[in-house]
Amino acid sequence: MHRGRANYRIRYEKAFLSVKVGRLETLLSPPVMFPDSEAMTNHRVSYTLDSTLETVDSAERTATRIATEAGFDDDEVMRIAMAVREAAVNAVLHGNAYDPGKKVSLEFERVGEDLVITIRDQGKGMDLNKIPDPLAPENLLKTSGRGIFLIRSFMDEVQIHPSQAGTEIKLIKHVHGSSGGGKEASQ
Amino acid sequence: MSMKVSSRQVDGVTIVDCSGRITLGEGSVVLKDAIRELLSKGQKKILLNLGDVSYIDSSGIGELVSAFTTVRNQGGELKLLNLTKKVHDLLQITKLYTVFDVKDDEATAVKSF
Repeated sequence: MHRGRANYRIRYEKAFLSVKVGRLETLLSPPVMFPDSEAMTNHRVSYTLDSTLETVDSAERTATRIATEAGFDDDEVMRIAMAVREAAVNAVLHGNAYDPGKKVSLEFERVGEDLVITIRDQGKGMDLNKIPDPLAPENLLKTSGRGIFLIRSFMDEVQIHPSQAGTEIKLIKHVHGSSGGGKEASQ
Repeated sequence: MSMKVSSRQVDGVTIVDCSGRITLGEGSVVLKDAIRELLSKGQKKILLNLGDVSYIDSSGIGELVSAFTTVRNQGGELKLLNLTKKVHDLLQITKLYTVFDVKDDEATAVKSF
């Protein structure tokens, strides 16, 4: 594994079977892919990523690929990829604060009719009470604070689990559901 | 695709043609530098042509807001031209569509300054 490049470990799991298939140097061409949307059922793919801007771009590209393979149309793929990008930005910038000793984990899983995407950082944990409402008149001209709002807008369900060991955000999209909606279950 | 900008003058208005992605990192920096350079030259009537901007993330939206307020605070005006559907939708859901002066015809936009 080369220094300065992201280390990726992909695990391909089915039921209780977990087979480690190798380490990758890039997310662009992982050797294990969902062969088709049907094969995603009960399958999971996960990545461990460095706290870099490259991770943000890689997460977006991977989300685009997996959402496309899952059968979402172009608009939905864009929304899912953007939600993943924004969550990755939060993990890298606000969670891990670019700390090279901290990692971001990114996981895609097909659970029944849902595509479930989980992003975890190793930061101090997001304070849910401090997330501003970017639509409030006093915040409209703020230059930041729209990431979580966009995630909620683009996904069917969003679960945010902050802890002292980091923040986990779970993004859920119904494969055959309606777009958007932003139901949220923050805990 | 990284972001590229080029500017031209039409009847006293500086039209900034943007292409690519305005996202965290390079894209946002390119836009910020372009606005800063125009203001340093005294060019305060700025029309951002976003017709070839394929993607904007929350950082890019923040940079548009920053450009808007920076120009306004210096007594100028910044307007947007030729939004793609994606960018239009983003500005709608963030309620920024009514904040920005958005135009879809260059000649009309230039005359509006």
